[in-house]
Amino acid sequence: MSLVIGSLQLGLIYSLIAMGIYISFKVLNIPDLTAEGSFTFGMAVMAVCVTGGHPILGIFLSLLAGAAAGLVTALLHTKLRIPAILSGILTMTGLYTINLMVMGGSSNLTLLGVTTIYDMVGGGLPFSFTIAKILISLIVAVVMIAVLVIFFKTNCGLCIRAIGDNETMARSSSMSVDLYKTLGLMVSNALIGLCGGLIACDQGYADMTSGAGMLVIGLAAVIIGEAFIRRRTIFAGLMSCVLGSIIYRLILAVAVSTRIFPAYAMKLLSAIIVAIALAIPAYKYYRENYQLKKRDKHA
Amino acid sequence: MLKIKDLQKKFKIDNGADNHILNGLNLTIENGEFVTILGNNGAGKSTLFNLISGTILPNDGYIILDEKDITFMPEHKRSKFIGRVYQSPMMGTAPHLTVAENLALAYGRQNRKNLNWALTRQLKDIFREKLSEAEMGLEDKLNSKIMDLSGGQCQVVALIMCTIKPPELILLDEHTAALDPKTAEDVMAFTERIIEKDHLTALMITHHLEDAIRYGNRLIMMDRGVVAHDFIGAEKNDLTSEKLRTLYHLKES
Repeated sequence: MSLVIGSLQLGLIYSLIAMGIYISFKVLNIPDLTAEGSFTFGMAVMAVCVTGGHPILGIFLSLLAGAAAGLVTALLHTKLRIPAILSGILTMTGLYTINLMVMGGSSNLTLLGVTTIYDMVGGGLPFSFTIAKILISLIVAVVMIAVLVIFFKTNCGLCIRAIGDNETMARSSSMSVDLYKTLGLMVSNALIGLCGGLIACDQGYADMTSGAGMLVIGLAAVIIGEAFIRRRTIFAGLMSCVLGSIIYRLILAVAVSTRIFPAYAMKLLSAIIVAIALAIPAYKYYRENYQLKKRDKHA
Repeated sequence: MLKIKDLQKKFKIDNGADNHILNGLNLTIENGEFVTILGNNGAGKSTLFNLISGTILPNDGYIILDEKDITFMPEHKRSKFIGRVYQSPMMGTAPHLTVAENLALAYGRQNRKNLNWALTRQLKDIFREKLSEAEMGLEDKLNSKIMDLSGGQCQVVALIMCTIKPPELILLDEHTAALDPKTAEDVMAFTERIIEKDHLTALMITHHLEDAIRYGNRLIMMDRGVVAHDFIGAEKNDLTSEKLRTLYHLKES
């Protein structure tokens, strides 16, 4: 039971990074690797805010930090014409130094004994602390989905979707492609930054290495979710991020709890899960071809 | 009025030599003229369209549309008043968005209010009415994705997207070439209706001699980056495809 509850709570928080990656990879169709940097950036900013006694401010600043990281990547990509993948890697690498600076030169900052957003809200709720944590994560996820669904129904959001779909059409319909790409990447990384911040609050420390592998985790959630929810509207997409994220956490928790794998095998397991999920279309293709060939032989 | 003066465009080819595509092209088009453009491959028709719509910039010369010098205006700014329909049905529309969403994007091109709802009931009513004018059953497909439409329906949507806010100039880049003969005819007829109704100024590239003669009120033939022949009004009415074919032959020899 504790396994399910733990996965549910982590899955809900990590659904934010899945949504961020869904927006950059699926909606905008830009492979943005900034995620690992902006995740840690959000984490570092949140840690500094919380230790300074401003847990609420931390939420807004970690959102802003992520958006700033997205802005840098977007400017590198749109104005300096650096390929998206490289822009992301450049920002991510540069952010390493920035993150150390934010955390005052130390690579690890503990949040034990200081009031995080979980302590603040969770203390006032008439539930046990674990349930309160789930509730808070759920509220964050629901608020973000609501905001994003509304955003993607405005002209601005629709333009972002159109650019990911057909850039030629976007240009000839008088959209400033650079502007909307920038906005999209900022929104995407803001979510990832917030995710980093909440994870720091949840695990009770901020660590420079936490960002490693985050991209794969987010992507895994997106892909697993898509396998379960077939509809392709923005709302369905975001819901599948949440669902995928929770399922992914469950798979990992089960895999680790069997004690076949040591805890440090997490990253390898994530990579394998994503590789398998990404290979499903290829598998279907081969299977179909195989069946067609077989039919030929019998005929 | 579109005024093109001494337009030149050259591309560098691999050995560093210049490949001159447009060699000082001059062309003046009055408001309300519907011009069909003929010319063999490499004559510079597509380059001319790319220069007018701003995908590429000229080496020399200028383009003036209704007293505005648009020679170096960024593409997304001039697409406010220049519409373009491409040869490939997929080029002018966003395939994963619905018909209504595509039209909403086009509807907002002149004055985009970023934080307003993209789709409202009033807008959908406007779109439904516009779509029904095409008489292709598109008014019932407002919420279908573009990728589920046929090529002809796609081109009709693309056409409506270009003209829903009447542009000052519309560029048709062989927009029926990828369609079957019957659909191509329907789409051409619809094109003519829209252009006549809104008194649009239009340029249409085609390789179909009969279409070039049948539609529009002016025909120009391009060759090696200049306007080689220009037929207006009565002159155009007297044209036959045989005559045009001889003109093609003359150039080849």
